[in-house]
Amino acid sequence: MTGTTGDNMIEAVGLTKSYGARTAVYNLTFRVQPGKVTGFLGPNGAGKSTTMRMILGLDHPTGGSVTIGGYPYRQLPNAPRQVGALLDANAKHGGRSARAHLLCLAQLSGIPARRVDEVLGVVGLSEVARRRSKAFSLGMGQRLGIAAALLGDPQVLLFDEPVNGLDPEGILWVRNLMRRLAAEGRTVFVSSHLMSEMAQTADHLIVIGRGQLMADLPVRDFIAANSTDFARVRTPDGDEAAREALVKALGDAGGQVHPEADGALKVVGLPLPRISDLAHEADTRLWELSPHQASLEEAYMRMTQGAVDFRSTADQRAGLVQQAPAPGYAPGHTPGYAPGYAPPQQPYVPPQPPVQAQPPVQPQAPVPAQRAAGATMALGVPALPPTPPASPPPVAAPADIPEQPAPSRPEDAR
Amino acid sequence: MSAENARRVLLSEWTKIRSVRSTLWTLVTAIVVTVALGMLISGLIGHNFDDLSPHERMTFDPTFISFAGTSLGQLALIAFGILVVSNEYSTGMIRASLTAVPVRGVLMAAKLAVAAALALVVGMVTSFLAFFLGQSVLGEHSTDIGQPGVLRAVFGGGLYMGLIALFAMGAAWTLRSPMLSFGILIPFFFLISGILANVPATEKVGHYLPDQAGSRVMRVMDDGEQPYGPWAGLLIMTIWVVGALLAGYAVLRKRDA
Amino acid sequence: MIELAGLTKRYGRTTAVQDLTFSVRPGVVTGFLGPNGSGKSTTMRMILGLDHPSAGQVRIDGRRYHQLADPLTHIGALLEAKAVHPGRTAYHHLLCLAQSNDIPLRRIDDVLDLVGLAGVAKKRPKGFSLGMGQRLGIASALLGDPRILMFDEPVNGLDPEGIQWIRNLMKRLAAEGRTVFVSSHLMSEMALTADHLIVIGQGRLLADTSMARFIEENARTFVRVRSPDHERLRAALERAGGRPRQCPDGSLEIEDLPAARVGELAAENDVVLHELSHQQASLEEAFMRLTHESVEYHARAGR
Repeated sequence: MTGTTGDNMIEAVGLTKSYGARTAVYNLTFRVQPGKVTGFLGPNGAGKSTTMRMILGLDHPTGGSVTIGGYPYRQLPNAPRQVGALLDANAKHGGRSARAHLLCLAQLSGIPARRVDEVLGVVGLSEVARRRSKAFSLGMGQRLGIAAALLGDPQVLLFDEPVNGLDPEGILWVRNLMRRLAAEGRTVFVSSHLMSEMAQTADHLIVIGRGQLMADLPVRDFIAANSTDFARVRTPDGDEAAREALVKALGDAGGQVHPEADGALKVVGLPLPRISDLAHEADTRLWELSPHQASLEEAYMRMTQGAVDFRSTADQRAGLVQQAPAPGYAPGHTPGYAPGYAPPQQPYVPPQPPVQAQPPVQPQAPVPAQRAAGATMALGVPALPPTPPASPPPVAAPADIPEQPAPSRPEDAR
Repeated sequence: MSAENARRVLLSEWTKIRSVRSTLWTLVTAIVVTVALGMLISGLIGHNFDDLSPHERMTFDPTFISFAGTSLGQLALIAFGILVVSNEYSTGMIRASLTAVPVRGVLMAAKLAVAAALALVVGMVTSFLAFFLGQSVLGEHSTDIGQPGVLRAVFGGGLYMGLIALFAMGAAWTLRSPMLSFGILIPFFFLISGILANVPATEKVGHYLPDQAGSRVMRVMDDGEQPYGPWAGLLIMTIWVVGALLAGYAVLRKRDA
Repeated sequence: MIELAGLTKRYGRTTAVQDLTFSVRPGVVTGFLGPNGSGKSTTMRMILGLDHPSAGQVRIDGRRYHQLADPLTHIGALLEAKAVHPGRTAYHHLLCLAQSNDIPLRRIDDVLDLVGLAGVAKKRPKGFSLGMGQRLGIASALLGDPRILMFDEPVNGLDPEGIQWIRNLMKRLAAEGRTVFVSSHLMSEMALTADHLIVIGQGRLLADTSMARFIEENARTFVRVRSPDHERLRAALERAGGRPRQCPDGSLEIEDLPAARVGELAAENDVVLHELSHQQASLEEAFMRLTHESVEYHARAGR
């Protein structure tokens, strides 16, 4: 291992990339710190791959710069031993064996051949090392790509969609590998579309939308800032009176109560101890009282809403709308949030360099403040009185596909 | 299989063929190459007729000369036959096709019917165009469609082209891979068959190869080299075609898609 | 309904799928899990009549696949490998499928709209991204408005929005009473989507149970309680025969009492609860435990 941790930071300053009139990446400023797994999120076409390619010196920025340990990639002394990357799993080298492919890369950068067998062992390809990679499955190709990234034992690692094509065991392995690499003090920068995977892997997140920075903060803060926690409450089965009493008590105390399909109640806006007290006062026994943290996916969806290109007409975020509140269950009055349990009223503000979060210049640019304020709406409850309807109204699940299209949007056609 | 069912699958196969540009280009190429090359050679021979030996002048076959482009043009029809079939395999489309039309025979018959009909139409157009345009540049040495055997030769030329495309389809169904199909069929018809038919040692066998036998129908003058008549030759070719299609059907039935 | 009976597939001396018998029922999303090489794709291909079983059979709504009239109106499938000619436009791709199964042509525009490809219908898939190709595959599967749907790794290449969309789509299709059979390597995705699970390993059936039972049987579940009156609660639980365990964060974990019973105990003893939640291990954990054992077993048996 070489150098101090500070040497291995990826730093983008005002990074911009335009293709003619189209701007793929606009004025990105962020840092990827060593010792952590940093997730890189954004809808398709947001500019993630372009950014990664610029970090690796494959694309030239039209403006700004990006450096690794203070040097642009091309000026890095012995770059292959400093930086390893998995970019496109489909970049196969059909005719060659896995071992020959890695050996060739190793020779190019003066890495001893012994290391080739080492990394083949690490990624679990030792047994097929001499087979031609043409016959490899997507998952095996992915492992070969990861082996190539690890070849130079680099301090900085970039992975673009690393779990593509891997089976559950492979996914677990990649997750642990990335965590281990970060624990060793390396800089690990990973893009992925799998939010649940990211939630388990990343410590820090960088989110971009339409080529602009939308968030740069720890995963925990990101989820907290962009979603609403709630509690699940269950009363004794068959005791309708107790349930009604509790619903009333919770409603009177300012909570929003939604029945769930399995008979439980979803309570937004009240902390758990308060619910417990209210149940006690209402003389209702509880069979369940569990806290629910919103998922990274929910937080991500809420944040990127405005930043998705080709937005389709209908709302496909119906999944966030758990259940339409049954009449009588959703209290119409203003919910009073108990301190410490209220969804944040403030938009997230990226902690480090605050300028980054300046509202984007594009006309249709997302305005985070509106989204955060509209957060309660997407949960299918009446909005806070002053809140403008920033998110599309929840649409009930259509009854039949042909009549009720819930369009989605095409991915970027590159 | 009901007539209604047949109509749908035929329609579907027609959509498949007409919606891929590269396949259609092979047909255009077949027409252009056959006709243009036929005209060129007819023109050259017509111009140098006096240089020919007396024997060559005696057996001069103006109809067959105007089909001189067939040797090259047929390759485009073979390409058409291969593409129509093996592209389904190389692109994975075969899985969609077989889930839509799971009875192998129906799918194959429909594809053959549509592609063969198209190849036959193109073959006929090519054949008649090549004949008339070829004759027009042959000048005083030309013949006309009314002469004995000429109409049969021109019509047979169209049939030949349709059959060669069918043969390629049968082979492609047997081999599946477009690379393999091209790699075997193109050199075979472009070189090997011609060599086999002209080297004395293999001449006898060579005469019974599909293209050699089939092309007999395009000759009006019998040069006496081939031990069968025009229709018998075409029959030999047809047997080859049927054999290739049966092999293709067997592979389609037995092997996993 | 899809029914497999003794389905077996051998390639020479290796057996890819061995004696699989299970049914995929309508109205729920059935997840199909297994490690790479466990025979999932082969099974799906045999269901579609693409591969010939060496033994056993598959019935779709009681019939063999090739006996189905207009099969696309019975079962629609998205296979993992692309099944699209890159030179044929998305519209024509669907058109030739629709024509072969007598599906009304306006349905083409409907499904293109549904998957969000209406804008690129006249484009050739040559330039499609993985995600767009996937959407076209989904459109093909939905084209015949079939009662049975089968998806092999449907979220491949989709972005978070697309992933959520397909998840909701599958749930909705099941809620409409359709049969939805879906394979995936993404356990967290499956945990959100599937109601029932079929797990295979080395070509053999390892599990055919509901999601909840699968996790229960293959991983640890427990109840977590938190209370300001912690000692009294602990005493009450112990009196009831539970063995609560103290966690570093101040909560108690109980494995041998159900949540409802813990709630009742707390009420009887007048203990205030600040949390009472049923904790389940993840599907991933359960899956790993099950398949790991099966792999080990077979490795030993093979020797």
